[in-house]
Amino acid sequence: MNVVVCVKQIPDPAAPSSLDPTTHNLVRTGKLILDDSDSYGVEMALQLAGQVEGSEVTLVSMAPGGEVSGLRTALAMGAAKAILVSDDALAGSDALGTAKVLAAAIRRAQPDLVLAATESTDGYTGTLPVQVAELLGMPSVTFAKSVAVEGSKVVVERQTEAGYDEVECPLPAVVTVTAGVVEPRYPSFKGIMAAKSKPVDTLTISDLGIDPSEVGATGARQGIVQVAEAEARSAGEKVVDEGDGAQRIVAFLEQIKVI
Amino acid sequence: MAVNKIWVLAESGESGPLPLTLELLTHARGLASTVEAVSWGADVASAAAVLGEYGASVVYDVGDLAGALPGPPVAAAIASLVKGGNAPDAILIPATYDGRDVAGRLSAALDRPVLTNVTGLNVDEDLRTEHQVFGGSHTVTARFTGEGPGIFVIRAKSFAAEPGTGSAAQVVAAPAPDTGATGAARILNRHVEERSGPKLDEASVVVSGGRGLGAAENYALVEELASLLHGAAGASRAIVDAGWVPYSHQVGQTGKTVKPTVYLACGISGATQHLVGMKGSKNIVAVNKDQDAPIFSVADLGIVGDVHKVLPALIEALKARG
Repeated sequence: MNVVVCVKQIPDPAAPSSLDPTTHNLVRTGKLILDDSDSYGVEMALQLAGQVEGSEVTLVSMAPGGEVSGLRTALAMGAAKAILVSDDALAGSDALGTAKVLAAAIRRAQPDLVLAATESTDGYTGTLPVQVAELLGMPSVTFAKSVAVEGSKVVVERQTEAGYDEVECPLPAVVTVTAGVVEPRYPSFKGIMAAKSKPVDTLTISDLGIDPSEVGATGARQGIVQVAEAEARSAGEKVVDEGDGAQRIVAFLEQIKVI
Repeated sequence: MAVNKIWVLAESGESGPLPLTLELLTHARGLASTVEAVSWGADVASAAAVLGEYGASVVYDVGDLAGALPGPPVAAAIASLVKGGNAPDAILIPATYDGRDVAGRLSAALDRPVLTNVTGLNVDEDLRTEHQVFGGSHTVTARFTGEGPGIFVIRAKSFAAEPGTGSAAQVVAAPAPDTGATGAARILNRHVEERSGPKLDEASVVVSGGRGLGAAENYALVEELASLLHGAAGASRAIVDAGWVPYSHQVGQTGKTVKPTVYLACGISGATQHLVGMKGSKNIVAVNKDQDAPIFSVADLGIVGDVHKVLPALIEALKARG
């Protein structure tokens, strides 16, 4: 079974973020890391691949400047190889442009199953995996709480407003997993060493036969008109609990007539 | 570019159209002269009265999906209407599990980009969206520059729902074309989880827990407190990622937006990712050990203290009131 995991390499979410004042693109300087949200997909892929003899996990990513540091983290967890699409023409791409690039790269890996996070931590548009599925002509099951491969189909518990649905879907398919559904493994020292020599196939958009006008800022067909500071909410009273914290909350709830 | 016609993806739940559906219809009424809805399910006709009251003159009925997930057939039905020459200027889609599936499918099928996490939508020459970024410290205004229809995925609680004076929407059948392999997923069973209180995004009181609870079992304190206040229990991303509580409880950028009368943040530091989902609450109370926690910068009442002491005491005090 060929399992592909879409992974995004993002600026450290703990670092302050900003928009470029001219292009309004998210500033991506400094080292990129594996999006935490993707570690669940990687772990899920490794677990599922481990259950089917002869399976392999391939990572697919798009990042500027040939960035591989996040990919190395996922390779160290146990993925076999990676496809990275890196091209200056991709700067300013939106979710649909990115989906076109990833779909073309994923097709090369001839996947039985494509896993992704429900959304990235930095851009969080949350539409990319389904756009990829539509472009690949595959079914998709989003917001999976659990995933099991049974022969030529996948059975998924899908989060709903009311609880969850048990969904059956023939392979190949795209499945997005919510965070917290598996515990991502820490790369072992051996894994980290092995990851350094695992193959990363770096491609440009012309390798994938994609027209530059389809991607990047031009392909995005959207623009930022302005960025303004939002009205800040001001802090109220802050008190150190001297054993009266609960009573203060009760008094506050009474004052706003909640109790 | 004038905005003449807007479509709203009218998702329904157990008790008729979702509140978010009605929020979108209400807002669309103020933007365009013609508002129409697209819906699906076994009984769209019975929702037509409410959809009409909130502004839809027509509801396109994709019909019963026979266990298919809504994304592929609903998107295919909309794409078919658009390609058939019946294109609106904009399609407003609720930011729900199924809404996001429809948006992604539709975007790829029509080759149109999507603007997501929209919290404001106005006409200023053309449609302008607002998005909260960096934890809500900044508002980005954006627009489409290409050919329409524009696809917008809109977060809950961005607009207020108010009924208008419209009569029942006219139901027009709009069955989905064959979706082939893309529509092959089937729902085998639906599991409804017991919920004693209100829904998280509809509750007037929300009590949320974070990493400061220390351990998964301490989330029971949050649930008990929420129950005593007739509210709903929420969570920070940190404890959802850690597997303590399911994703459905998550409040924040990658979770739900809540705007209750009061929000109690227990052991939540207040990362920007969390703040954007709750800072629209009318009142905010925070309990956290760390006096420098960012959550205190938005709290009306901040208690610098240990949740393991303050929460049990608060629960006792509320119980004592009966």
